[in-house]
Amino acid sequence: MNGLSRRRVLRGVLNGGAVTVGLPLLNYYLNGNGTAFADGTPLPVRFGTWSWGLGMSPAAFVPKKTGKDFEFPEEIEALAPLRDKINLLTNITAFRDNSQLMCHFTGWAISRTGNAPNSRNLSSETYDIKIANQISRSRRFKTLTANAAADARVSFSYEDPNTPNPAEYSPVLFYSRLFGPEFPNPNAKEFKPSPRAMSRKSVLSAVMQEMDAVNKRVGAEDRARLDQYFTGLRHLEHQFDQQLTKPEPIAACNPPAAPKDSDMKLGNESPLVIQRHKMMTDLLAMAVACDQTRVINMAYCAMLSNTIKPGYEKPHHTTTHEEPIDEKLGYQPNCSWFTRRCMEGFASYVQAFANIKEGDGTLLDNMLIVADTDHGVARLHSLDGMPVFTAGRAGGKVKTGLHIDMKGTTIARVGYTALRTMGVDVQKFGDRSNTTSDLISDILV
Amino acid sequence: MKSKFVWLACTVGLVLASATAIAQQKSETQPAAARARLITQPQYVNTLRAIFGPNVKYPSALAPMNRVGGLVEIGASAAVVTGGALDRFDNGARSIAKDVFDPSHREYLMPCRPASEMKPDDACARKFFAQVGRLLFRRALTEKELKAYTDIAHASAVSLGDFYSGMSATLSGMLVAPEFIYVAPATEVVRGHSQLTANAKAVRLSMLLWNSYPDSELLTAAENGSLNTDKGLVKQVDRLLASPRLADGVRNFFADMLIFESFETLAKDAKIYPSFTTQVTNDSKEQTLRTIVSHLVDENLDYRDIFTTRKTFLTNDLAAVYGVAINDPDRWVPYEFPANSRRGGLLTQISFLALYSHPGRSSPTRRGRAIREIFLCQKVPDPPPNVDFSAIENPDPTIKTARARLTAHSANPVCAGCHKITDPIGLALESFDGAGSYRADENGAVIDTSGKLNDASFVDATGLEKALHDNPSTPSCLVQRMTSYALGRQVGADDASLLSDVNSKFAASGYRVKDLLRVIAMDKTFYAAPLIDNKPTVEKADAGTSKVGSKS
Repeated sequence: MNGLSRRRVLRGVLNGGAVTVGLPLLNYYLNGNGTAFADGTPLPVRFGTWSWGLGMSPAAFVPKKTGKDFEFPEEIEALAPLRDKINLLTNITAFRDNSQLMCHFTGWAISRTGNAPNSRNLSSETYDIKIANQISRSRRFKTLTANAAADARVSFSYEDPNTPNPAEYSPVLFYSRLFGPEFPNPNAKEFKPSPRAMSRKSVLSAVMQEMDAVNKRVGAEDRARLDQYFTGLRHLEHQFDQQLTKPEPIAACNPPAAPKDSDMKLGNESPLVIQRHKMMTDLLAMAVACDQTRVINMAYCAMLSNTIKPGYEKPHHTTTHEEPIDEKLGYQPNCSWFTRRCMEGFASYVQAFANIKEGDGTLLDNMLIVADTDHGVARLHSLDGMPVFTAGRAGGKVKTGLHIDMKGTTIARVGYTALRTMGVDVQKFGDRSNTTSDLISDILV
Repeated sequence: MKSKFVWLACTVGLVLASATAIAQQKSETQPAAARARLITQPQYVNTLRAIFGPNVKYPSALAPMNRVGGLVEIGASAAVVTGGALDRFDNGARSIAKDVFDPSHREYLMPCRPASEMKPDDACARKFFAQVGRLLFRRALTEKELKAYTDIAHASAVSLGDFYSGMSATLSGMLVAPEFIYVAPATEVVRGHSQLTANAKAVRLSMLLWNSYPDSELLTAAENGSLNTDKGLVKQVDRLLASPRLADGVRNFFADMLIFESFETLAKDAKIYPSFTTQVTNDSKEQTLRTIVSHLVDENLDYRDIFTTRKTFLTNDLAAVYGVAINDPDRWVPYEFPANSRRGGLLTQISFLALYSHPGRSSPTRRGRAIREIFLCQKVPDPPPNVDFSAIENPDPTIKTARARLTAHSANPVCAGCHKITDPIGLALESFDGAGSYRADENGAVIDTSGKLNDASFVDATGLEKALHDNPSTPSCLVQRMTSYALGRQVGADDASLLSDVNSKFAASGYRVKDLLRVIAMDKTFYAAPLIDNKPTVEKADAGTSKVGSKS
């Protein structure tokens, strides 16, 4: 582990628990209770996802007790200090029906779209995009997507069936995108509209006029693609507008200093993944705190995780297939080692939002985070017995601190509950056996 | 029951994907629609480098696209620009536009100098936009467009107090324009046949041969109508094939077919393979592409020989991993492995061996699958879920080799169906470890590299390469891939007569890729496309025989 022992990471997380950054939103912007803006507008609720690959080892992961006083078995020990901030849902199924089997794809695809795909394309956009269309269109970035896997393709946020949002993985580039010269710092003392932004806005209007000419020579499918591009250009135009308008101050917005010029080494050795995950998480959390976006996606690793335990010949995925079960422990020890690193990653992710003060509580209180994976049992690559976490209270709409046995029901219930909680008006979610209108009411207030 | 299903899935997958099978079905149908293609990363760089030269910095990471039918180039016909992807285009556009008008470049990139650098100069701006806009949008700008861009540059120069800043702001917008980012081919009907317009033909041609938008001369041939004549088309195809830029096109095609974007994320466990450094990773990719370009473009040799040729190029770092010595430690040098070498063609190069391995060890299954899917156009299904691997995982320490481990898979009927089509060929490469280095044994045990590819038996890697060289699916798979690449869509049963024709001409040429490109480029099917009739805006001058799907 090169000095980054599990205990040390855990201690880091625990120590982090006491740290808060930023200041409360300025009082004159908040009502008497600190739960809403002075004009009565409630603090915005934001949505996030987090994902890890290859499920878990049930014997080391699934608590025996359900409800409030559940225990944290060794594989999820890292999350114990966050007990009152999360929920654990277990025994969930991604129903494949008669669709093609695609390991490491079908499971998360059903989780994020409700539909079992028949090819490497999805059937629709992922539900984070439906949520972003509802709550984040007015932000500088409609969504932000990052990973610790150092591969732009590791993304589980799709804007249409074919196209993932490319994931950020370079701390230097991500910082520059978020907090570089174009960052409209809400707390800047002086505001001067940028004449360059004005120029760029007018040239953008000119190029958007060409859309008609291009549309004339394409079929219906391509027109839909071009429409999406047009929407993107409109959003870019909106970014320029924001650069021309003085932003409202946000006390919790406190961007870090720029990372050093030399970027992080690429590669998937576990210590690198942990370091990259922390840096990308901190940037994402601050982007949310600065209200640059209201929807974020983070992946710890690819679903076909190739995280490396230095010196051990098999990466995460191969280990799940080839490592024998330790009879005494009742699970594959190295496989579990990888899952534990993932869970420590999730703990640090949740903690990063809990560390940021907002109103009377923390940013996490005003968020709903869903963490999912591609399979249930790592060794079997199963599509049943799948676990999902939620974190945050979604501005008071969600209860936390619970372990719920989902009794084999569809994973689409998670997506449906998230959509409804975030205010997307849908009557059902999912397809065939995954069709659901069944909220996970146990976690709703 | 389940095992039968899986076995069947493997078999059916192989048959359906076989190019030969497709080519045997004859049918005549309407041409498939020419889809709008999103510019790929290499096309973006090739195109802009041709316009602005090699000294401007081009972004290295636009948003990746999904691979469809074995090619990213087909994925480009379905890809959309997401918010995140647009941010990357926009960042790239700003950085390029800034660099183009940097004092160190603008002297030679601008066709004129402004009367004052602090004030607008409409004539000079207009000259630049007319010249560059035509190359970016692959057609002459309309008067209205030209005026709009000149006006914006004027207003920006006033507000920013600098002519070049105004130019830069305007150019950055043009670089995210739909006309630049997307290639949406216009169509027309000429003498009863619907086809691409001459400008769209020029684009398709240069994307196939140069992996770039057309240069000025090709656009001129489209604009003056000569590209629509047989003589004019031959002239341009010959010119493009003779150009040094053909190497860009061939290089990109093979990088796409070989899934070389995986190199961006290829990582080995440094404790297990300390010699597999970042330099070796990059050099191994370059070695294969150099070998291919030299063999197919410079030497114009038989495609099948890339699996057997001992001629390649090495750097000092690579030579160390191959265990050979080269004369010049500072640059790429041509190298020929000796006749009795264990290294022959492409399959025994480090790039292939390392890419299709695990971070800490080799993988006969991955290698076998890659050979089937990449070079033979066969689809090997994914492994099924819910397989209890404990039944086949034997912790017995006496198992020393991959072959012994994989024999366990064959004992399980659920796994056997697919493993028996991947492993026997993948095991032939077991003399090379996960980083592509030669090894005499595995954990002290002798490595058995014998096997069969269809009916061809072999005893080692070079034998496998010979079998692949001789396999009739090897050239027909290339034809299938190259035709799909050219058309930007997966070819299928409807293209049977085209494929059959191209296959026989490719064989007659002695499997020369330059000839294959010429055959495709000269085929009318390559330019056929149904008319897309969204309220045509312009009727052609010789109305009655033709109408135009759109004005550009």
